[in-house]
Amino acid sequence: MKLHEYQSKQIFAKYGIPIPKGRVAATANEAKHIAEELGSRVVIKSQVLVGGRGKAGGIRLAKNPQEAEDLAAQILTMDIKGLPVRKVLVDEAANIDKEIYLGITNDRAVRKPVIMSSAAGGVDIEEVAHLTPEKIVKVHIDPLLGLRDYQARDVAAGIDLPREHWRAFSQICHGLWKAYEDCDATLAEINPLVITADNHLLAVDGKMLLDDNALYRHPDLAEMRDLDVEASSEIEARKYGLSFIKLDGNIGCMVNGAGLAMTTMDIIKLYGGEPANFLDIGGGAGSDKVAAALRIILSDPNVKAVLLNVFGGITRCDEVARGILSAMADVKPKVPMITRLVGTNAEEGRRLLAEAQMITAETLIDAARKAVAAVSNNQ
Amino acid sequence: MSILVNKNTRLLVQGITGNEGLFHTQQMVAYGTNVVAGVTPGKGGEWVLDGKVPVFDSVKMAVEASGANTSVNFVPARFAPDSIFEAADAGISLIVCVSEGIPVQDMMRVRNYLDQKKVRLVGPNCPGLLTPGEAKVGIIPGDIAIPGDIGVVSRSGTLTYEVLYALMLVNRGVSTCVGIGGDPINGTDFIDCLGMFEADPHTEKVVLIGEIGGSDEEKAAEFIADHMTKPVVSFIAGQTAPPGKRMGHAGAIVEGGSGLASDKIKALLAAGVKVASHPEEIPSLL
Repeated sequence: MKLHEYQSKQIFAKYGIPIPKGRVAATANEAKHIAEELGSRVVIKSQVLVGGRGKAGGIRLAKNPQEAEDLAAQILTMDIKGLPVRKVLVDEAANIDKEIYLGITNDRAVRKPVIMSSAAGGVDIEEVAHLTPEKIVKVHIDPLLGLRDYQARDVAAGIDLPREHWRAFSQICHGLWKAYEDCDATLAEINPLVITADNHLLAVDGKMLLDDNALYRHPDLAEMRDLDVEASSEIEARKYGLSFIKLDGNIGCMVNGAGLAMTTMDIIKLYGGEPANFLDIGGGAGSDKVAAALRIILSDPNVKAVLLNVFGGITRCDEVARGILSAMADVKPKVPMITRLVGTNAEEGRRLLAEAQMITAETLIDAARKAVAAVSNNQ
Repeated sequence: MSILVNKNTRLLVQGITGNEGLFHTQQMVAYGTNVVAGVTPGKGGEWVLDGKVPVFDSVKMAVEASGANTSVNFVPARFAPDSIFEAADAGISLIVCVSEGIPVQDMMRVRNYLDQKKVRLVGPNCPGLLTPGEAKVGIIPGDIAIPGDIGVVSRSGTLTYEVLYALMLVNRGVSTCVGIGGDPINGTDFIDCLGMFEADPHTEKVVLIGEIGGSDEEKAAEFIADHMTKPVVSFIAGQTAPPGKRMGHAGAIVEGGSGLASDKIKALLAAGVKVASHPEEIPSLL
């Protein structure tokens, strides 16, 4: 789950990281009032969960409250990469001398958190990592010990930070580590962390990604989720504990297991079709979950056929079949259904589905071919 | 023969009285796995499966009473990390964690702790292990594989079953199948399993099933090129997966241009691995 800049910076501030004075506004009038309060030049920043806000014109400098109101009014009507701007952050504009990158993320390969910093801040860090990896200093953190003081100093020295800033920088590193750890983040990033003209460190931009699996212990953070970034079908699916991702094709897929679901998509493509979605009904999926899954797939008007592929392990095929039948009674699908059931209680499942006039398949390839054929017959 | 689990495995089931724990204990016992004990805190003294398996309050008590050397873990995600620490501290040397949805920071703490204790973890978010004819530790259906000389290692669950089933249909048997799980941070990885299969005199060929996300397949390719004499056949899932979206498994995500299926396939091909275009093609490449 992604947090907005203003949410991330509010969290950082709680951990003692200096952020610019400012507040979030949902209307141009509010933005004007905030600018008046701040009494200085302000930056109006669109709050959308995509990169490249600046290039899209979603970050603008305002010299006075009137300009703040005008710019906020413009930005609040924008769509950036398909996402509507619903809020703007109005921040006191900083006089920037130097921009630094500072972030903590999980290093999968090393199985430890890593703190990364670069004197080349303010730009896309992935680009820096790709083109000039030597400009990024990385220090791995023992998750059982946490960030050590010497590690923060090593990072400061590694980016040639002037010594006068080491103490403040170290405090920011520790604050960022605590925020990352306490919030179960998978990324906590300040880009840029600036040295201001009056020689202070300031976190001008912030970004946090949170671990969805840990949200159960952070109900306050879970509430911050921005639903704009997800298709409504994806939001609906999450309510039922289904893992669903909408795609652009026309063959709906219902599969148990993520690897098999991806494989089913790949095989559909291999045989000339286009998957309409990724859907993992999970292990031990009961019939109500399956029914919800079918409703979600069929709510997409592009879907011209549905391929059900279940290899029973934890999931029992007869239970899946019952779910399908109950969902069919409810939504009455008008597109062909191709089913393939193998594994635990598959025979009972097949027997139940045989009565419902479904196209059945023995192998994965057979199922994919039949689904692709069903779509071309149905067009 | 086999790696990791066999007829000498003395298995302990953590979370044995839960729905899934009990169902799969029954399946494992029916398969012939030597299930010696179960643990559910607060239910010590009970017996399950008509008095076949005793339940203990703690792993320590269960190990003392039963001599268990391997644990399979069905404890729900929010309590699973604690139960893994408990098993490691009680002297279990192989822990197989089936549970899905453990927070990644918890797993980093678990993994770094286990590394210090030299305890092997398989999983989490994995189907476990199957040594056909000897032991089934986890949830892999027992009737979809026969004993043989092919080692199987996979990040997936049901996709692994597809492959086992496809092998069985053409009468090809398996030495051991290891599901290492779909989480970004896990215990045993591809390289660990490839090394064990290379050393196992009864494994002749290896099937490696990967998916998008991370760089474990690339590292496996490097290991295969440098250390494997046995042929390896592979399949990588997720060629059509869009970037930036987590495909069910917490670890299956293409981010920042890395973790692509195409890169993994390229690396494996360069290491001399035959890569199948779909799982049912695997038997013909062996």
